[in-house]
Amino acid sequence: MVNPVAGLGGRAGLKGSDGAAVQARARALGARPRASERAALALAELRARLGGVPPVLTAAGPMGADAAGAAGAAFEVRYEPGDPTAPADTRAAARALAPLVDLLLFAGGDGTARDVLDAVGASVPVLGVPTGVKMHSAVFGVSPRAAGEAAAAMASGGVPLRDAEVMDLDEESVRQGRVSARLYGHLRVPDVPVRIQQRKTGSSAPSPGSVEGIAAELAARVPPSDLLVLGPGSTTRAVAAALGADVPVMGVNALRGGTAVATDLPAEPLAALARSGPAWVAVTPIGGQGFLLGRGNQQISPETLRAAGRDRLLVVATEAKLAALGGRPLLVDTGDDELDRELAGHVRVITGRSRTAVYPVR
Amino acid sequence: MRTAPVSVTPADAKIGPKPPLRRFHQARWDEPLLFELSTPGERGVLVPEPEVPLDGAVPNELPDALRRTAPPALPELSQLHVLRHYLRLSQENLGADLNIDVGQGTCTMKYSPKINEQFARDHRVAELHPLQDERTVQGVLEIVHRLEGMLAEISGMDRVSLQPGAGSAAIYANVAMIRAYFADRGELDQRDEVITTIFSHPSNAACAKTAGFKVITLYPDADGYPDLEALKAAVGPRTAALLITNPEDTGIFNPRIEEFVRTVHEAGGLACYDQANANGILGITRARDAGFDLCHFNLHKTFSTPHGCGGPGAGACGVSEALVPYLPRPTVEFDGTAYRLDDDRPGSVGKVRPFYGVVPNLVRAYAWIMSLGAEGLREVAEVAALNNNYLMKKVLEIRGVSAPYAEGRRRVEQVRYSWAELAEDTGVHSEEIGLRAADFGTHYWTSHHPYVVPEPMTLEPTESYSKADLDEYAAILAEVAREAYDDAEAVRTAPHRSTVHRVREETLEDPATWAVTWRAYRRKILGA
Repeated sequence: MVNPVAGLGGRAGLKGSDGAAVQARARALGARPRASERAALALAELRARLGGVPPVLTAAGPMGADAAGAAGAAFEVRYEPGDPTAPADTRAAARALAPLVDLLLFAGGDGTARDVLDAVGASVPVLGVPTGVKMHSAVFGVSPRAAGEAAAAMASGGVPLRDAEVMDLDEESVRQGRVSARLYGHLRVPDVPVRIQQRKTGSSAPSPGSVEGIAAELAARVPPSDLLVLGPGSTTRAVAAALGADVPVMGVNALRGGTAVATDLPAEPLAALARSGPAWVAVTPIGGQGFLLGRGNQQISPETLRAAGRDRLLVVATEAKLAALGGRPLLVDTGDDELDRELAGHVRVITGRSRTAVYPVR
Repeated sequence: MRTAPVSVTPADAKIGPKPPLRRFHQARWDEPLLFELSTPGERGVLVPEPEVPLDGAVPNELPDALRRTAPPALPELSQLHVLRHYLRLSQENLGADLNIDVGQGTCTMKYSPKINEQFARDHRVAELHPLQDERTVQGVLEIVHRLEGMLAEISGMDRVSLQPGAGSAAIYANVAMIRAYFADRGELDQRDEVITTIFSHPSNAACAKTAGFKVITLYPDADGYPDLEALKAAVGPRTAALLITNPEDTGIFNPRIEEFVRTVHEAGGLACYDQANANGILGITRARDAGFDLCHFNLHKTFSTPHGCGGPGAGACGVSEALVPYLPRPTVEFDGTAYRLDDDRPGSVGKVRPFYGVVPNLVRAYAWIMSLGAEGLREVAEVAALNNNYLMKKVLEIRGVSAPYAEGRRRVEQVRYSWAELAEDTGVHSEEIGLRAADFGTHYWTSHHPYVVPEPMTLEPTESYSKADLDEYAAILAEVAREAYDDAEAVRTAPHRSTVHRVREETLEDPATWAVTWRAYRRKILGA
């Protein structure tokens, strides 16, 4: 399924493609839709890896059939969009295709991912072919070819699924120079970390137990009577599970002694809770971008961070996640300049039991 | 016997190597296991019957619990069958003496001169027993003692131990000495952190953690060098030591290494130099001159002794005066007339290996150093760095490859390259390029995990290889890169001319499925 207008705005420097007016302006500035081309590239990679493309169900014309045809795939059309296409078409096409397929491969950006989530939730494994302006969600392959490779791995069987974050970014704010993002929800994606871990040749595997190691380190550091606030993210969710707490997939959750005491907390009640006694805050950077505070976890407000204190701000990430940042620093944007300045410098990132990294923060 | 035809695939036929690339095909024997070749009653050596009956003549004091109830399960083969078996297996290898072995970066795969093998296999070395009276092994003790002195001179350290059986064992011995040093000073409870860098040899982090320390890893700064500001943020009253490789596995020499050492010393910690990458700095710079308290060498890298399959290597630890009491025991002492082993060292961290190190490798390393002399060692470093920078120039001319971190700067003795651009353009990954290189009779290693450099390739040409060798190696990489752009499928499905097509690596990483012995193979694979 292709969102034909995804990515239009970025090439025209418009920081996003949401809204018909922006799309029209992008076209006027000479932007050319590339989404279909990039979807075809993913399908070509899929064909190269599998020696053929499995049966494809898709939407008509620019919403998929064009890409499938360009990639030489046999396809059947199961949805006819309007002209021009609209977000409602993405949702309707996803609903039409989801019950029929093993994997919903969609080409688009963050907005497309949100529409897919709204339409089908976790009912079907999905994977994004990145075409959008700047993806903040973790449901995309790192490139169209990487998405095709992950889809091929899934078709070959034996690939587990994992929850991946879908982010909500207000593009209108971005255009005005502000970034505000929050965690919108999770989609199920094949767990093929192609950026980090390819087939390995003569090199040992990464440690599988690092999330358990991080959980053990937190358990050793945080006294059981203290409050432990866990930010959103797959790493912190897994840590909560390893600590014995069953918390919702979204939002900020608070634990005490391995038990959830409050879930999906908004900013104000969280700050009140943090002020009520010794509190620790554990956050993990957004994979691939490095945002530590201020993106997807704004519920953890400057008030909460000050109540906990810098010594009780715990940053957790697997070594693979740090490596995937490619040397880029961690980023903080709490909305409080003074706090941002205090947090800048270097931070100890907990990467496992008795293991930390010293990593730059900007 | 089963047979497996060797075939040339269509993809291979289409893009076969062009001159000047060498035509190559790996041997492929469908060789069974020795147990499968066994014929009951067949023997390699017929042992003569004793001339007098032995019943009762040989005391047997083994407790019943340790006696076999049935004879051991052993394969029964003639000498010829055994010889042929191992010759065939050896042909199915891209051994160091067969290929242009510059692709095993960080391993310093230099040529090991064969005369050194003759010394190590001479009966005067090979037939010594470690429990012999030391008066009867004065010659070998002299070699060990003199080699210790040479390595002390090369590193600037006050004393060296050759007891460790490998580089990592030497790092572990160094960490054990650090632990003992702080325990003696009553600071061990306080100093429980060891600092290293992400591009240091991973054995540093592993050994520190094994010895009970917490490990702090520094990431590079924006310029690609070890991050001094991160070090300053990391040190403190908990710091026991800095364990750092220099040049790092990127081949980048840390120009602020003295400041790193000083920063750790000012915090009360010790500085320990991992010299796994010493090949490019022999005779040029010394651990002690930069202020280090401890260092180690891998004799099987820098000093030309062969790499085993994980052993036996040989390692050396060098320490400053303050740490001499903690050296592994025994030490070799010389009183002006005789050599002796000193096992009575109460402060010692103990033995890191039974008896005294891997003596055949010590003999090889001694012979190698003696053949070169001090000026020769410096020339080794100079030629290794020259070879590396020549190869780097050739490799960076290939489409799709880069050398991330400290871009535009020269490297010392190795480079961690990245094929990220080629992977993005073609979908072909570094591992696949390395496997295609096997079709041209060579190979390379990617990097340790995690891949901080994406799509990595680590090359270290050492001083052993000629300009023609390096040109051929670069031409192979260039050809494979060209194939990736023109016909990605051919690269992706490689190797086409190798012994095995693909190994399912996940089976080698899962303890439930790996089988490194006949018994494990029977139990896990055959279900017997």
